[in-house]
Amino acid sequence: MTTEQTEVAPEESIDSTLTETELATAAPEVLATSLGDYLQAWWRRIKSGESGAVPIIAGLIAIIIFFQIERSAFLTNQNLVNLFEEAALYVVVGAAETFVLLLSEIDLSIGYGVGIGGFVIAELIAPPVNFPWWLGIIGGVVAVGFLGFVQGTLITQLGLPSFIVTLGGQLGLLGIMLELANVDPTAVGGAIQVAPTSPIYKLVNSNMSPSLGWIALAACLAVFAAVKLARQRSRRARGLHTQPIGVTLLTLASVTVAGVLLVYVCNSNRSALAVVRGMPWVIPFVLVIILAYSWLLSRTRTGRYIYAVGNNPEAARRAGIKVNRIVTFAFVMSGATAALGGAIYVSTQGSMATDIDGGGLVLFAVAAAVIGGTTLFGGRGRMVNALLGGVIIAVVYNGLALMGVQAAVQDMATALVLIAAVALDAVVRRRSSTR
Amino acid sequence: MPVGRIRADPADGTIRRETLKLQRSQDPMSTTESNGALLSLRGISKRFGPVQALSDVTLDIPSGQVTALCGDNGAGKSVTIKTIAGLWQADGGEMLWEGRAIRHNGPREAEALGIKTIYQDLALCDNLDIVQNMFLGHERLEHRLLDEDAMETAARQTLKELRVTTVRSIRLPVSSLSGGQRQSVAVAKAVMANAKLVIMDEPTAALGVTQTRMVLDLIKRLAAGGVAVMLVSHNLNDIFEVADRLAIMYLGRLVVQGPAAQFTPQTTVEYMTTGTSRQMAGTA
Repeated sequence: MTTEQTEVAPEESIDSTLTETELATAAPEVLATSLGDYLQAWWRRIKSGESGAVPIIAGLIAIIIFFQIERSAFLTNQNLVNLFEEAALYVVVGAAETFVLLLSEIDLSIGYGVGIGGFVIAELIAPPVNFPWWLGIIGGVVAVGFLGFVQGTLITQLGLPSFIVTLGGQLGLLGIMLELANVDPTAVGGAIQVAPTSPIYKLVNSNMSPSLGWIALAACLAVFAAVKLARQRSRRARGLHTQPIGVTLLTLASVTVAGVLLVYVCNSNRSALAVVRGMPWVIPFVLVIILAYSWLLSRTRTGRYIYAVGNNPEAARRAGIKVNRIVTFAFVMSGATAALGGAIYVSTQGSMATDIDGGGLVLFAVAAAVIGGTTLFGGRGRMVNALLGGVIIAVVYNGLALMGVQAAVQDMATALVLIAAVALDAVVRRRSSTR
Repeated sequence: MPVGRIRADPADGTIRRETLKLQRSQDPMSTTESNGALLSLRGISKRFGPVQALSDVTLDIPSGQVTALCGDNGAGKSVTIKTIAGLWQADGGEMLWEGRAIRHNGPREAEALGIKTIYQDLALCDNLDIVQNMFLGHERLEHRLLDEDAMETAARQTLKELRVTTVRSIRLPVSSLSGGQRQSVAVAKAVMANAKLVIMDEPTAALGVTQTRMVLDLIKRLAAGGVAVMLVSHNLNDIFEVADRLAIMYLGRLVVQGPAAQFTPQTTVEYMTTGTSRQMAGTA
């Protein structure tokens, strides 16, 4: 998670004399030329409230330690894999919400976007249609993406507030979902079963073989290291400042440790009755989504424009960015991603039914993004935040359930975490605006 | 509206008015300098409903010089720059760009010609870094992806040419920069987009002493690099420090323009507040 941060490479000073204001305003990170400098600067950044994901990771670790002390079953690989499976849906809907939050818009229809996506996917892969699983997912993505397009168009062309349009969308999408179930003769009592042989079903309920897990990890780490080092080399060749080699190695080491831990936890046997080993397919599924979206936001022009519009729409417009198109695109992505969440939901349930709580799900979507550090005010946040936030929500619910706490208390505890995250966001905002 | 009308001294008011008319119609400066001017306004007028915002504005903006446009509030400075920037269409008169008559519909077309306006809000995105801001809307791509290294190299080169040296790293987010540095980034952005004419609206209005110095130096270097700079300002100190030419507006008219050396702060204030000047009229 520190990878993105370290990309802010220090620049050689052109002029060694620094003014007072310079020293006060410059983020210390960019002054670093060695690993020691870097760590020192990093710590100063944390203290000044500009630290990105660090307090959130610290909070996550604190919560984990608390649950581990309370219930020793918490950090067993069985429970952790359960927890990852629970987190998967929160992460994906959080990623969906991140697209619109970055524009300081909101999408309240995501929950039933998941519902419609689930229904379309289930209907397409089940008899009588019997499409292959990937065509089912594409169908769901296109359907809900189109609904996002309609909402985005209403918001941009009529200048309506997204809160109201998507609030209407929440009701409207619920209606569409119920109608989908009504008109489908195979949906008995509003539910469509998914065959256990279908890859959609296996997404959550089936595992990679342990050796495949290790091979995939090794391949990912090799690619990551190669890309990172190649980028460093090309920057050095162009005479641009590169981050200290110590920082690069530290980043590679921490990513390696995290990856090995994840695969190790998943590959250990987690059942007392039979041998259950390997990483559930949903984990790479979610990681690929987060990776692809991070790449979209950081490496493409569209991603850059999302940040620009989210911070200063007027400046973006004057720079020739088609603001309406960017906003509409974000709502399309929000819908399309919700449909991917639908695939996870269908897999978790083994079927798709109209009893999905879309209203509750959208709250988890916003909460996951915001707890992870994406601001509600636009222009700041990353896909990794949704990953972190989704995991935190899952940890809280999972841990409290292990402790045998009632559902009511679980909701209250999650509410507290959300409020704490928003308060943190507000404090950071105030600090950076008073400078 | 006769220019000399509100002269405080009624005794020689009529004489003044005639003198001024003579100067306005036969002003040698406005005709001789039009040759070679990058942008020339000829008799531009603009009306908003009953309000005549601009009437018969004739102005030359040469390359490689700083032209200061001054005037009191409501004199028509903003309308003038917005007309040049393409935000508004003139009702009458014509604009010559490098000698050719132009008529741009919208700011995009003005920018395509090389007219870049830096408004007071600077139009920067606080969450993006200096490089990202400088290339916003004109990103360089490689295989359809952002070519960060190329952009960083080019941005660094441009900042070096403008000698913007106080920024520690061009990967700093703009939110962490001082007012003067932000102004520098906005100027660098214009240079990056190959602007031939940079219009700056009150660039030093919100800045302290050091920051103002930094921006004024930047304006000088910009002009020295061959760019035409049009500076809209109230601040006489700034104007006399950097301007090569002065153009003064009063109640929607351009009352006088010429090399800065022909003006003193005193005559400038007189023109700005009354539309005429006793001393200048005497020498013209």
